[in-house]
Amino acid sequence: MLDALTVAVAVTALALAAWCGFAAYRDQPTKDWHFIGMAVVSVLALAQLLVGIVQLARGERPDQGMTIFIAYLIGAFTAVPAAGFLSLSERTRWGSVTVAAGAVVLAVLEVRLYDIWGN
Amino acid sequence: MRDTDRTGTPASPAQERNTPRQKQQFELGSGPGRVLVWFYGVFTVAAASRSIVEMVLDFGKAPLAYVLSAVAAVVYGFITYSLVRGGERARRAALVCCAAELAGVLIVGTWTLLEPAAFPDSTVWSEFGMGYLFIPVILPVTGMIWLRRARNV
Repeated sequence: MLDALTVAVAVTALALAAWCGFAAYRDQPTKDWHFIGMAVVSVLALAQLLVGIVQLARGERPDQGMTIFIAYLIGAFTAVPAAGFLSLSERTRWGSVTVAAGAVVLAVLEVRLYDIWGN
Repeated sequence: MRDTDRTGTPASPAQERNTPRQKQQFELGSGPGRVLVWFYGVFTVAAASRSIVEMVLDFGKAPLAYVLSAVAAVVYGFITYSLVRGGERARRAALVCCAAELAGVLIVGTWTLLEPAAFPDSTVWSEFGMGYLFIPVILPVTGMIWLRRARNV
């Protein structure tokens, strides 16, 4: 798959995790700027989902199976928005922790996606 | 962290009964509980989709491992639901499930180490959840600490 995109998603996800972790450390809930950051990461994940589908349509196949690949792509796309929604109704530092955890989960999913696609 | 260390001194039943019970529907899924809801939700999805995919694709390869993953998914799903629902009954049910989850991780983890031949494919709980950064072991312990603490709120 597009390795540059996978790396970009993972790096921005980790940056988001650090940012929201810092907000939690300062006892702050997620704010508008954090949601813009989540949107950026989500757009990158959406781009990755689309690129993945296009590559499957062009006949390229992941090493570890198509079903697993698609499941991980969808999981990667939904991880940060889902955590964002949870933090919307949790206006404390714990909402920030949730988003940070969501971003870390996304970064882990990217590593797995890289393995699943292979070379 | 301070309050959670007092696990050795459980409140006596009489004392517990005297505390006001009007907060019947107290929130289990807010505050630190929100983070638990997130992780339990993620693991419900992870374990459920994993076992479904594996069972549909090739159930015969490692039936025991796949069934154990499905059981794990059900336990995770129930705990997520209890945390979101809140209230004393849900809290107790979640506590029982967290204990079952911890027992499951420890038993399956030991089992996979002692008898790898029984598991041609791994489960969510294999090797104490090593494939999932050991979160399957950490999660029930954190969950039980949170659920015990929620009683005193």
